[in-house]
Amino acid sequence: MANEEAIRISELTGEPMPGGRETDLRARSRLSSRLGRLGLIGVPYLWLLILFLLPFVIVLKISFSDITIAMPPYTPVFDWADGVSGNLAKVKEFTLQNYGFLASDALYYLSYLSSLKIAAISTVLTLLIGFPLAYGMARSPREWRPLLVMLVILPFWTSFLIRVYAWMGILSREGLLNQFLIWLGVIDPANPLVILSTNTAVYIGIVYSYLPFMVLPLYATLEKLDETLLEAAADLGCPPWKAFWQITVPLAIPGVIAGCFLVFIPAVGEFVIPDLLGGSQTLMIGRTLWTEFFNNRDWPISSAIAVVLLLILVIPIVYFQNQQARLQESEK
Amino acid sequence: MNRGPSWFNIVSMVVGFAFLYLPIVLLVIYSFNAGRNVAVWEGWSTRWYVELMSNDQLLAAAWVTIRVALLSATIATILGTMAALALVRGGLFYGRSLFSGMVYAPLVMPDVITGLSLLLLFVAVGFSRGFWTITMAHITFSMCFVAVVVQSRLISFDKSLEEAAMDLGAPPMKAFFAVTLPIIAPAVAAGWMLAFTLSLDDLVIASFTTGPGATTLPIKIYSAVRLGVSPEINAVCTILIGIVTIGVIAASLSMKRKEVRRRRDERMAAAANAA
Repeated sequence: MANEEAIRISELTGEPMPGGRETDLRARSRLSSRLGRLGLIGVPYLWLLILFLLPFVIVLKISFSDITIAMPPYTPVFDWADGVSGNLAKVKEFTLQNYGFLASDALYYLSYLSSLKIAAISTVLTLLIGFPLAYGMARSPREWRPLLVMLVILPFWTSFLIRVYAWMGILSREGLLNQFLIWLGVIDPANPLVILSTNTAVYIGIVYSYLPFMVLPLYATLEKLDETLLEAAADLGCPPWKAFWQITVPLAIPGVIAGCFLVFIPAVGEFVIPDLLGGSQTLMIGRTLWTEFFNNRDWPISSAIAVVLLLILVIPIVYFQNQQARLQESEK
Repeated sequence: MNRGPSWFNIVSMVVGFAFLYLPIVLLVIYSFNAGRNVAVWEGWSTRWYVELMSNDQLLAAAWVTIRVALLSATIATILGTMAALALVRGGLFYGRSLFSGMVYAPLVMPDVITGLSLLLLFVAVGFSRGFWTITMAHITFSMCFVAVVVQSRLISFDKSLEEAAMDLGAPPMKAFFAVTLPIIAPAVAAGWMLAFTLSLDDLVIASFTTGPGATTLPIKIYSAVRLGVSPEINAVCTILIGIVTIGVIAASLSMKRKEVRRRRDERMAAAANAA
């Protein structure tokens, strides 16, 4: 698998493969190196093309189809059997009615807006909880840090579904939180807090589930922070809180941005949290898509919902990818 | 200066970690509750664990889930490591930015979109849905996580070791297996574990791509959870949490020990050279 390495070296130096004269054997090994490189790049490339990119093309195609009562429940827009002219004729049958339907029914655009709002508020809340946690970790003695990082990562390895489920037992009417508050005498037993099946529970669920995604990039930037900058500020008479705002926070911005993207993007399309913790009035687009698909069996509409969701997220996703690629380049 | 953590730091860490762990701890404790009513503590009991063992449907779902996770994690690790090598050592090739885009995008892609699009692909090509379609779907998203993990290790390690091996006459393949792979092995192992747990966890993508006869544990748990909190589900969750926790801690301890041994070997080699 390292064949490409040899090829690259020989290409860089402009010389044949290490070893001098290019014998028949060399030529053959060079050919096998080239094949190795081709396989190394080609196999995962092809896999992603077929199982990641092609499915989006199909979603796009079906979002232009009509719903029918059949299996699969849509009229195919393209058919290989039709040939070129048959397919060209079918292009005229492309229908935008699914998108028109999305625009005309308030359910859909309210779902999009509400998803963006819930994701944005949750991201800010996650940052507010995650920043002090990451800051505390970065200021801890060096020998504690691996353990603390491990403690942040461990819940991430535990099933997402289980962690959301754990909150159902805490937030329900007879749940542990209400019992605890009644025991403390803070609330009236006849009038418990109603949190489960409200948007508040959804916020709690998202903040809880995505907290590690916020803390880890924040910790990574805060840990690298040059302490001498803070010392210099203190020597020059800068109070600690001012040094925090003028030095620590600006230097942590890359971590803040990475963390916010890692929370915001998946939260917009979240399904499990609004479904289990939210109420019937909690509109989130992932849940709407799920209902259209599984309950109403309307595949074209679900496809159109997915396409629009992807269009909404494409800017943050591309931005995130560029950030990641830049980060990897800078570490080289 | 190098002050230790301030009081504010300590309090925010305690609050943060309590928030992360309290719900899980409560769930584990209540799985040992004797009563059926999950909100009322009626004493310790392992009754729900015993009842689980006779729940054939749940055990069947667990078996499907483990098979999918083992197979998909292994293939995803191979493909993901190849993808990482292609990105770090592959040089320039046609469509490189499209390729790196396809590696990063699944990391943040909402599950509902991935699940729906894969299902529509499987329907379009006429694949019958079940075990294999779930496995293929899981390979697709978890190979990207493996690629990112392996990639960061590949970037940080010294390429000259690999070059030295080839200068000494090792064929590229041999150089990879003798030099590169042992160095990136911890990242490859971590990638496999990540892929395994991602597959074990996944509800949304599995729900879209499954077919009759292939119900995974998360699908089973989800349909039970929708009806409310129940002690059997608490027990299932506790077992899963236990397995993952032990696995992660054991893996990190063994990696740490290997790291210590490697450092000691390096020191001894240096001392031998000096002598």
